[in-house]
Amino acid sequence: MAYYRSTILVSMDPICIEKGAIQIKEQIIEELKLQKIQDEVEILDIPRIGDPETEGPDILVYPEGSHYIALTTESVRPLVVEHFIKGRELKQYSARMRDLMDEEVREPKEKEVRVILENIGKIDPRNIEDYIAVDGYQALAKVLTEMTPQEVIQTILDSKLRGRGGAGFPAGLKWKFAHQAPGSPKYMVCNADEGDPGAFMNRKVLEGDPHSVIEGMVIGAYAVGSNQGYVYCRAEYPIAVSTLNIAIKQAKEYGLLGKNIMGTDFTFDLEVRMGAGAFVCGEETALIASIEGSRGEPRVRPPFPATKGLWGKPTNINNVETYANVPKIIHRGLDWYTSLGSEKSKGTKTFALAGDVSHTGLIEVPFGMTLREIIFDIGGGIKGGKGYKAVQTGGPMGGCLPTKYLDLAVDYETLGAAGSIMGSGGMVVMDEDTCMVDIARFFMEFTQEESCGKCVPCRVGTRRILEILERICAGEGIPEDIPMLRSLCDEIKQDSLCGLGQGAPNPVVSTLTHFLDEYEAHIYEKRCPAKVCRNLISYHITDNCTGCTVCARNCPVSAITGERKLLHVIDQDVCIRCGICYQVCNFDAVEVN
Amino acid sequence: MTSTTQPTDPLYNPKMRPIIDKIIEDSIDLDGGLMVVLNNLQSKIGYLSAPMQEYVAEALSIPVSKVHGVVSFYSFFTTVPRGKHVIKFCIGTACYVGGINQLIDKAKQVIGIEPGQTTSDGMITLEICRCVGACSQAPVVVVDEVINGRVKSSKFEKIVQNVLKEEAAA
Repeated sequence: MAYYRSTILVSMDPICIEKGAIQIKEQIIEELKLQKIQDEVEILDIPRIGDPETEGPDILVYPEGSHYIALTTESVRPLVVEHFIKGRELKQYSARMRDLMDEEVREPKEKEVRVILENIGKIDPRNIEDYIAVDGYQALAKVLTEMTPQEVIQTILDSKLRGRGGAGFPAGLKWKFAHQAPGSPKYMVCNADEGDPGAFMNRKVLEGDPHSVIEGMVIGAYAVGSNQGYVYCRAEYPIAVSTLNIAIKQAKEYGLLGKNIMGTDFTFDLEVRMGAGAFVCGEETALIASIEGSRGEPRVRPPFPATKGLWGKPTNINNVETYANVPKIIHRGLDWYTSLGSEKSKGTKTFALAGDVSHTGLIEVPFGMTLREIIFDIGGGIKGGKGYKAVQTGGPMGGCLPTKYLDLAVDYETLGAAGSIMGSGGMVVMDEDTCMVDIARFFMEFTQEESCGKCVPCRVGTRRILEILERICAGEGIPEDIPMLRSLCDEIKQDSLCGLGQGAPNPVVSTLTHFLDEYEAHIYEKRCPAKVCRNLISYHITDNCTGCTVCARNCPVSAITGERKLLHVIDQDVCIRCGICYQVCNFDAVEVN
Repeated sequence: MTSTTQPTDPLYNPKMRPIIDKIIEDSIDLDGGLMVVLNNLQSKIGYLSAPMQEYVAEALSIPVSKVHGVVSFYSFFTTVPRGKHVIKFCIGTACYVGGINQLIDKAKQVIGIEPGQTTSDGMITLEICRCVGACSQAPVVVVDEVINGRVKSSKFEKIVQNVLKEEAAA
């Protein structure tokens, strides 16, 4: 039998053939002959490797397992030379390297510690063997063969793992309550309803490393004593849903889900349920109602889901990231895990950096890192060299933190004390051109729209706050508005039923505290310092105008007139102050007053 | 809700009826199956008409009021047909800070309709949507299922032209 040092598998999918797979195969044979290694490399046809539409023609090279995609005949020579002669992966065509270049998850910066994001972009989420190759399902094996449910719960308690959904409740305690609760069956639920605008950590984990979440859920189910689980994923994430479904199917085929997992007598089944665009369904009782097929309205707690949850049965609900932490804790041990993070918050947290920051995307840092390190060292500072104004953490229930909090060491307690929240991990950075009253109005518009309407303080209160903020932004604010806002915020916070209402005033309270001068400028001087609020600004064309007509052509309401090569003029009565002319002008000839 | 039998309703369309029946049949025994059925109907049929809601209620043995309550609660469910192509503007925080409002203004100029409306030829529907989780590419415009990131007003015009061009070619 001939011995080959490598094997090349060529995808012979009809679409790949149409795109030139046969010519590429012939070319590979030619190049191998040229390098005189044709006897060392075996070439085989296989029906299909990747998605032929987007990745074809593609080849797989073993034993390295390198997947080269979107090949052309010209690419064959460099590929053969790089891979077979120099022994390096040809980055340009490597699927793995391309994924790594994904702009949402960059190469980690110096200060980052990747635990949850570690595998993303490095393994194929649609192939369970990739996950197993990086020690996946080892933790589950250990749990099922060496540990009792009580020991698992104790380990999670000792790890001080806290709920990554935002509230930071100790996960081990939740498991303990659900374990002790009388009644059966018990349910495991994964909250993948990541609704906070500006947050996409959970989406990336589900799309990039779905088995880590599944493994965490199976371990949790064993600890709690549950045989049925649900992942509730928002409808805005279709790719996450399909990746997860593939992962579940493969886990079942490998005996890691379903009946008699790993040959033990433990059984656990998992199903994905989709939301339908309601933010409030991220609240656990609303989420339960939605899985049950009802309107996603929260209910009073207690009873907590641990005792009375899905279909009235004991239910454990954790966030995607919480579950993804579990296998790592069990596999690598408590000493390693508790060495990461701050005193009260252990481990790492993923954040989605967005807004006016140079490097947007997902990052992961140990708890206790300062906002300054996160925004300036990892995020690369403010885009375009502008000044920092605030960072908004925790989504619409969070707050805006100004410069004086930049050295705050981020964990659940410190953010709470500063008037914001950890939330699920969105961080929207705002530069000096952002109007904080307008931002408060934006968030209130969001919560008012997403309020489910069940309880009065939230339903009516958010609407009243929004009306006041809209008036202030329109230049019609009155001095009484500020005390009125404060009292409304207090009442909504105290009297609302669920976290949405209780957190809804946070953006207003935090901007009132840190940016009161901006509210006052709007109310007393009818001026928007950041030049954002449309009713308080006007656009004018200065002498810099060269008459290039670009503004006139882009104006949505045709408010700009002027002959070619002559100064243009904006008709203030027609202008809707959209700012497009300001953006498109190449000569800095449009100014805002 | 009155049951108006419109010949155009998907429920009475011989091509769509089997799809509707299959979706209901697949989930009829599922716990909490209503959400699953409605989600599938919305994505396969495109909207949930009043007769369809009544039909689902009957099949799952739940009151029409409950079905309608669920349909009207979730923003993904629509009760009127949408255009052949749906252009959604993400109004998440990052997109808002990134200037999505200017794109909406631009859209009104280019297409002549507001978010929530459909062009008279039934070709394009404009919608606003909640954060699609592509915040690092803000501002984001979603055309059908495809996410377009870092959209400026000139790029937006191209996006619309591409939609119309594909349609003309089809």
